[in-house]
Amino acid sequence: MPLFREGSATPVVNDGPVPMPLAEWFKDRSSTAVALANTDDVTSLQPRLAGLALITLHFPKFSDGRAYSQARILRERLGYRGELRATGGVLQDQLPFLLRCGFDSFESDQKGFGEALLKARTLFSVVYQPTEDGRPTVSQLRLQHRSVTLSAAQ
Amino acid sequence: MPDAHFYRYDDYDRRLVAERVEQFRDQVRRRLAGELTEDQFKPLRLTNGLYLQLHAYMLRIAIPYGTLSSRQLRKLAEISRTYDRGYGHFTTRQNLQLNWIKLEQAPDAIAALAEVDMHSIQTSGNCVRNTTADHFAGAAADEIEDPRVWCEIVRQWSTLHPEFSFLPRKFKIAITGSPNDRAAVRVHDIGLRFWRNGEGEAGFEVIVGGGLGRTPMIGKTLREFLPKDELLAYLEATLRVYNRHGRRDNLFKARIKILVHEIGAEKMREEVEAEYESMKDSALKLAPETIEAIARQFAPPPLQSKRTRVPEVEALKLEDRNFALWLKSNVAPHRAPGHAIVTASLKPAGAPPGDASAAQMEGVADIADAYSFSEIRVSHEQNLVLPHVAIEDLPAVYRALGRLGFAEANIGKITDIIACPGLDYCALANARSIPVAQRISNHFAALARQHDIGDLKIKISGCINACGHHHVGHIGILGVDKNGAELYQISLGGDVDFGHTALGTILGPAVPAERVVEAVDTLVATYLEVRTDGERFVDTYRRIGIQPFKDRVYATV
Repeated sequence: MPLFREGSATPVVNDGPVPMPLAEWFKDRSSTAVALANTDDVTSLQPRLAGLALITLHFPKFSDGRAYSQARILRERLGYRGELRATGGVLQDQLPFLLRCGFDSFESDQKGFGEALLKARTLFSVVYQPTEDGRPTVSQLRLQHRSVTLSAAQ
Repeated sequence: MPDAHFYRYDDYDRRLVAERVEQFRDQVRRRLAGELTEDQFKPLRLTNGLYLQLHAYMLRIAIPYGTLSSRQLRKLAEISRTYDRGYGHFTTRQNLQLNWIKLEQAPDAIAALAEVDMHSIQTSGNCVRNTTADHFAGAAADEIEDPRVWCEIVRQWSTLHPEFSFLPRKFKIAITGSPNDRAAVRVHDIGLRFWRNGEGEAGFEVIVGGGLGRTPMIGKTLREFLPKDELLAYLEATLRVYNRHGRRDNLFKARIKILVHEIGAEKMREEVEAEYESMKDSALKLAPETIEAIARQFAPPPLQSKRTRVPEVEALKLEDRNFALWLKSNVAPHRAPGHAIVTASLKPAGAPPGDASAAQMEGVADIADAYSFSEIRVSHEQNLVLPHVAIEDLPAVYRALGRLGFAEANIGKITDIIACPGLDYCALANARSIPVAQRISNHFAALARQHDIGDLKIKISGCINACGHHHVGHIGILGVDKNGAELYQISLGGDVDFGHTALGTILGPAVPAERVVEAVDTLVATYLEVRTDGERFVDTYRRIGIQPFKDRVYATV
C-alpha cells in the first residue's frame, strides 16, 4: 500500500527496515522496526525504545481507535521519537486526529490522500486538547491573551 | 436584548465550529460525487449528528447543558422551517432532532447553527456526546455549584478529541450540582455529582459504568471525591482505559458499563488511577484562571428582589383552578427570593411528547425575552424551562404559555411522559412509542385526576435501546416485536432519584398496543385503592411489591 509522509503529496519510497511483529521482535530484538497489533501493550517496548527507528500501529478498520491511545502513550509517556506509522489503510478524514496523536507516516490507498495530508495540520486552526504535537490549546492561548491584556493595562 | 447569562463563544470556539462546517461540506461533496462510499461516509456524517432514518436524514443538534438563549431558539425555529417541516423534537439528552433533512442541505443547516454559536458535533458516533446537566442549574434552590461550568469545560475538551473520536461505543457524561439529582448521573457512562467534603471544598463523586439500553446498569463510584481541577485528567484516564480495553467484538457489549461489569469496579479503579497518575500534573490540570473565566460567564442574571407574596397570584389561584394546579406542578423554587422556575409542558394532552413547532419555539423565545432574561432550558424529560421568572409575572407567563398550548399543569404527573421517536421515525425501533404516549395522555387528560394520582413517571421506549428510559420509569413501557406484532412489556419501580436509583421489574407478559392504556389504568386504580397518605405510586410499589399489581393487570387484561 502507498506510503505517505508529511510534506509530500505523492507517495514516498518505502525503503526502511521491515517491521517485525512484536512477539518475533522480542525473540532477538535485532531489528530497528516493530509492528504492533492494536491489542499489544506498548509499554512492553519501554526499555528498548531508544534502539527503534520505526513502530507501526495498526487500524484494522476506520472505526477502531485503539491505536490512537497507543500512539499517545508512546509519544507522551514513553518519549518515543522515532517514526510512528499508521497502517491498515487510513482515510484522509483521520489525519487531523492521527497527526495530533504523534503519527508521522501513513499507509493509504485512498484517492486524494496526499493532497489532504498537506492540508491536514491546518484544517483546524484551533485545538482544545494538549497533546505531544505541542500546539497551544485554546485554554493556553486564552491565558496568554489574558496576561498580555493585563500587563498592557498596568 | 440582554446578553445571555451563560457561556458565549469567543473567536477560538467560533473558528473551530466554522472550520468544522467547511470540513463537513467537503465530506458531503465527496459523498455526492461518489468519492466516498456510504460505509466511509457514515461515521463522518454521524459525528456531525446526521442519521439516516426510516424516511429521511435526521439532524441531531446539541444543546449543551440544555441551555439556550432566545436568539438561539429563534434560529432553531428558522432552521426547522427552512430545512425541515417546521417542527422539531426535543430529546431526552437535551438535543433537538429535525426529522426531514436533505443531505445536500445539511451543511447549510449546520452553517446556520454556527451563526448562533451552536453545532451538531458529536451528537452521534462512537465518541463523547453532548454533556448533559440538571435543567434547573444556576437557578435551583438546592444547588451546591453550577454544573454547566463543568459541562462547558468538558464540551471543549471533548470536541474533536484526537484520541477518543473512535471509541468502542458512544460515551455519555452527565453532571449534577445538586443533591437532588435531576440529571440521572447514575445511569450514564460517566456521572459526576458535586458535593462538599469535610473541609468545605466542592468536588466530584465520579460514577462510571451506568447506562440503560439492553443491559441496564447502575454506575459504580470510582472516586468518592475528585478535586475539581483534576477533572479532565481523570476523564482522560478513564476514557483511555475504555478506549484500550472496552470490547469491540460485539456491538451490544461495547459500552463502558460492560467493561466495568466484566473486570469489576475495583480493577477498573486500579487501571484508571494508574493512568491518572501519569496525567494528573500534566497540561490537563485546569488553571484557576481558566475555571474562573468560564465560571464568570455563568454568573446569574441581575435578579432584583421581588415580592414573594403577590395578591394577583393569590387571587388567580382562587379564580382559576388550573392555574392553582399549574403552580403546584410546573413551578419550582428558585434560589432568589421572589422568583421561580417555570416548566413549559411539551406534553399537552394527546400531543407527541417533546415536539414543538417553529411558531411554538418562537413563542417560547418571546416569553423568555419578556420574563426570563432571554434564557430557556431543555430538560431531559423533554420539556422547556424558563429558569428565572418573577413570582409576580407568573400569571402573565401562564397565560402566554397557555396560548402556545404549553401550560398543561402536568409536570411530573402521569401524562408528562417520556417517549422516544419509536417506529414512526426510527430505523432501530421495534414498535411505535408516540401513539402509545398519546393514548395514555388522552386517557388521563383530566388535570384534577392527574393531580390526585400524583407524581408518576411513565417512560416509553420503542426498542431495547431504551432511548425513552423505560428502565427507570415508575411505569416503564418497552415496545417489542413478536412475530410482526407490536407488543408492550410493562415494568414497575424504576427510579433515577439520587439514593433511590433503581431499575424497573417486569410485570409479566407483554400486552398488545390496544391493551396498554387499560393496563396502566389498572395499575393506577390498584395504587389508588391501597395508597396511604402522601405515598406516591412508586412508594406504594416499594411497600407492597409487584404481586398485587400483577394479579390485577393479568386478571383483567
